[in-house]
Amino acid sequence: MFNGLFSKKSFGLLILALIVLALLPQFLPRFYIYLLAVILVAGLLATSLNVVLGFGGMFQFHHGVFYGFGAYTAALVVTKAGLSYWLGFAAAPLTAALLGLVMGIICIRLSKLYFGMLQISLGSLVWVVVFRWYDLTGGDDGIHGIPLPDIIYSTTGGYYFIFAVTSVCLLLMFLIACSPFGRTFQAIRDNPERCEALGVNVRRHQLIGLVFASFFAGIAGALFVVAEGSVFPDLLFWSLSLEILIMCLLGGWFIFLGPLFGAAAIVTLRIFGSTYTDYWSAVLGVIMMLTILFLPDGILGFFRKKTIKSEE
Amino acid sequence: MENLTLNALFQQILIGLSRTTILFMVASGLTLVLGVLRIPNVFHGSLYMIGAFLTYTIAQYFGFGTTGFWVGLAVAPLLVALISIAIERGILRTLYDREHLMLLLFTFSISMVLSDAVKFVWGAKFRSMSVPPFFEGAVDILGMPFPRYNLFLLCLGPFLAFGLWFLTNKTKIGKISRAASVDRDMVDAIGINVSLVFASVFIIGCYLAGLGGALIAPMQNITQGMDHDIIIEAFLIVIIGGLGNIWGALLGALIFGLTSSIGILIWPQFSIVLPYIAVITVLSFRPNGLLKSVW
Repeated sequence: MFNGLFSKKSFGLLILALIVLALLPQFLPRFYIYLLAVILVAGLLATSLNVVLGFGGMFQFHHGVFYGFGAYTAALVVTKAGLSYWLGFAAAPLTAALLGLVMGIICIRLSKLYFGMLQISLGSLVWVVVFRWYDLTGGDDGIHGIPLPDIIYSTTGGYYFIFAVTSVCLLLMFLIACSPFGRTFQAIRDNPERCEALGVNVRRHQLIGLVFASFFAGIAGALFVVAEGSVFPDLLFWSLSLEILIMCLLGGWFIFLGPLFGAAAIVTLRIFGSTYTDYWSAVLGVIMMLTILFLPDGILGFFRKKTIKSEE
Repeated sequence: MENLTLNALFQQILIGLSRTTILFMVASGLTLVLGVLRIPNVFHGSLYMIGAFLTYTIAQYFGFGTTGFWVGLAVAPLLVALISIAIERGILRTLYDREHLMLLLFTFSISMVLSDAVKFVWGAKFRSMSVPPFFEGAVDILGMPFPRYNLFLLCLGPFLAFGLWFLTNKTKIGKISRAASVDRDMVDAIGINVSLVFASVFIIGCYLAGLGGALIAPMQNITQGMDHDIIIEAFLIVIIGGLGNIWGALLGALIFGLTSSIGILIWPQFSIVLPYIAVITVLSFRPNGLLKSVW
């Protein structure tokens, strides 16, 4: 089933990584646990984007809107409806997937750049509503101090929750990528005309892919609430979406775990970089330019090519 | 009373039209670059912001008088064009054959660097300058005061449209660039230096972004982040107009400018929603934009 995607060696490495990630909070100071949690959330988000971007070849320019929508859903269920966070956590992926479906139905007829731009337009509409609707969303202040259940309130508790959910979601996405659906999806990326000729319903596959991607982005949004305890409209702004694209590119979007690595690199850089300099986004910009110029397949893609070459 | 609201509507339309001029200026530059070079240039918005900041600094140097404004208007866009040529000749020209997605991310990276450069030079504080004395005050149109500066912009619009029409249809470089946007290799094959044509088109496009920034400087606060606002609007205008089509950009700018200014009368809190709804409506019926795209 996992033909070619995973060797025995990398499977072993994966188990090792899971064990290390599970044990780390016992040794690390709180700040680093928080950092790990943020990395996992960003990694889940970037991987969910990659479901449609790397595997589907779709120009998903405004993925952040589903993330933000999920985060706001979780936050509003707790603060406005006064219900438990768990209900918010369950609702977030559903509302995000619904938004993904609606936006998908509108955008799906267009391709490539037009698709991406219409998505940015629709996403900006959602952003504007969140940004202006003070009574419900708190406008540009966002919502702060969202009450969480005791078990995930502490940094360590929150980390374990995020770790568990992220692992399950990554596994699910991996299974989707390996399933017949995922294979067809990749075939559509490589040659949509031929797939159409073979009788594959291209639009429907792409729509399903979009719903999957927004579903997992919604989960990432709900996890963001656990990690930060607050939500703000920047989560839905288009520049964040382009940053997620950058994570995928940096890690390598033709490899399943690439976006996770890219997210880890960028989140770490941002958190440490911004303590040293006010100009970290310029640093990030330069890193990105260098990646596009010299490592168009991303970091992991570069190493994979290298190992394939040395094996030959 | 009814007469008053009708006049208010008319005034709002005029203000919308004057804003359309700036939107058209920026979007037409973007659509030129997109149509001929096939580059979705995200840092177009940063150039607009730099144009506004430069105009402020130049005007400040001359003590914010009428002279300062005109010198700023003349010099700032040229400096912006200079920056753009450095970027184009320096890095961008090596990337012309990459995918659009890569180009989009690459230009986005440049915009990140440029916006930090602006932060470095001008600091995080916003600037504001008043309109030059020559344009102060308002004129009465149908009993409603209408700012003179907006009137100036309103008159500038048709000139800009005519200039662009002349450039693309009547000049040699315009004709070559239209040919290059249809078939780049063919133009190359008949012995025309396409790279040079691309560079000139790129500079003209970026000059327009700088000019838009210079013109908006007296009208609103000059802030970090104005690049983000304008670029998304400019992209949407280009998309609803049809990629690479200058008249499409004019049409798109009209739709955007008018819906947002009339929206202020109808529903102030959500007035900025209206242009987006207009975009979605247009694209639902004409998925490839209102006019013919050159792609």
